Amino acid sequence: MGSARERLINGLIKENPTFVMMLGMCPTLAVTTSAINGVGMGLSTTVVLVFSNLIISALRKIIPDSVRVPAFIVIVASLVTIVEFLMNGYLPALSSSLGVYIPLIVVNCIILGRAEAYASKNPVMPSIFDGIGMGLGFTVGLTAIAMVRELIGKGSVFGIAVMPKGYTPISIFVLQPGAFFVLAILVAVINTVRVNKGKNKVEIGCSPEKCGHCTQNCANAPKEAREGGQA
Amino acid sequence: MDNKLNKVSASPHVRDKASTSFIMLMVFVALMPATIFGIYNFGLRALLIVVVTVATCVISEYVFEKITKRKITIGDYSAAVTGLLLALNLPVTIPVWMAILGGIFAIVVVKQLFGGLGQNFMNPALGGRCFLLLSFTSAMTNFTYDGISGATPLAMLKAGEKVNVMNMLIGKTAGTIGETSVIAILIGAIILLAFGIIDLRIPGTYLLTFVVFITLFGGHGFDTTYIIGELCGGGLMLGAWFMATDYVTSPITKNGQIVFGICLGILTGLFRVFGSSAEGVSYAIIFCNLLVPIIERATVPKAFGRGKKA
Repeated sequence: MGSARERLINGLIKENPTFVMMLGMCPTLAVTTSAINGVGMGLSTTVVLVFSNLIISALRKIIPDSVRVPAFIVIVASLVTIVEFLMNGYLPALSSSLGVYIPLIVVNCIILGRAEAYASKNPVMPSIFDGIGMGLGFTVGLTAIAMVRELIGKGSVFGIAVMPKGYTPISIFVLQPGAFFVLAILVAVINTVRVNKGKNKVEIGCSPEKCGHCTQNCANAPKEAREGGQA
Repeated sequence: MDNKLNKVSASPHVRDKASTSFIMLMVFVALMPATIFGIYNFGLRALLIVVVTVATCVISEYVFEKITKRKITIGDYSAAVTGLLLALNLPVTIPVWMAILGGIFAIVVVKQLFGGLGQNFMNPALGGRCFLLLSFTSAMTNFTYDGISGATPLAMLKAGEKVNVMNMLIGKTAGTIGETSVIAILIGAIILLAFGIIDLRIPGTYLLTFVVFITLFGGHGFDTTYIIGELCGGGLMLGAWFMATDYVTSPITKNGQIVFGICLGILTGLFRVFGSSAEGVSYAIIFCNLLVPIIERATVPKAFGRGKKA
């Protein structure tokens, strides 16, 4: 299952939806006030993503091209409704703290993006693993942001106090501005690591002219292309 | 014909002696009356807060520029002015480490991460203050005067109580270190006006719009005690003369400055009259800072000989 492994790594690291692709920013900024919310949001999105990828991939030859987006939305919305009712029934506390962001998974661009870019063009098995990889990548991203915010803003992680007793929480970090601070800092750190890692790597078959569209970081790119083309 | 005027040279032909460091030094000097009164009013702890905050700002600017290998710009005094303004916006009871954190945030996040002096989109001192205000609301609104914690005149006005306007002019009230004395702030403002560092356009339109707004919507009509109380209370004077006029974060065009002042007056009035807290100057100023690029784009003057008369 080489391609499954590749899909998982792609979703978790290479094309991490939160830190690399910058997708699904609305729930990323809104629900990451505590680590448990981050995990909950990430996992419920993962469930929807895996099943939507599965169904869309299975139906990819039946869905006419001209009405594919409405068809995808119907599938995703049905799945989200199921997840919403299940969470309401079995995890009422989490469901009420995530609030409107659970129904809003329907319009999460990660899900529609993977349906459009991957599941509608690839067989079922890789699509499932693509969903798992992307979903876990999203979960890891949300949890990382949420843990930093909860640690600084409340002095706890997953609800367990970890900071020493005299610590005064800097509550701006669990308010809206804190989401932007933490996301920006984490993305900056990750970009620094990625740029440094890519510095000595030369992609085979990569020419400087193509670098504008290329998602790799390579040393033979012109400086502007490296800075401008890398998102 | 040994006349300097006859020399042919490339522009600019008219030069001014003003430099960043001169302007910043003048602002620092102009803030001194308010600072000294604050120390007199609140005791030596106020001096401690001022020294710590100024030192934090200067040191964090130096360290950040050293780490990122930029030109060291602490010599232009802008970091010192930021630190002083931030200190004047803090209550005297604030824990020292919070003042340090605010200074670091103001310089590193608001100023340096956006490219340093001239590039910051928001007044660094106010950015630092709002960061602290949102993070440590209770410590930031814990105002004491003569060792007794009490409401600021502005909060009393909002609650419909009587205030002593004379004490507010002199500054014998509760509040942040530098905002209480209107007279001390006005002395500083006159220094800045006399040296041409600021002009009346922004503060004038700001205060005028604010007076019109609270007369119309304040619910007291044209009640002079209420209006003077609102004008002298809180950070309005400090904000209008020293922070709204910050060169970097206010519009460069003359008409734009008038628009900026009007926006500030309306927003401050809105926050104070309809908002949940009594004060709204800092949020009004940082919000209008964000509008500056739009205001500037809308008020670009026509170049000589270009464009038709409307």
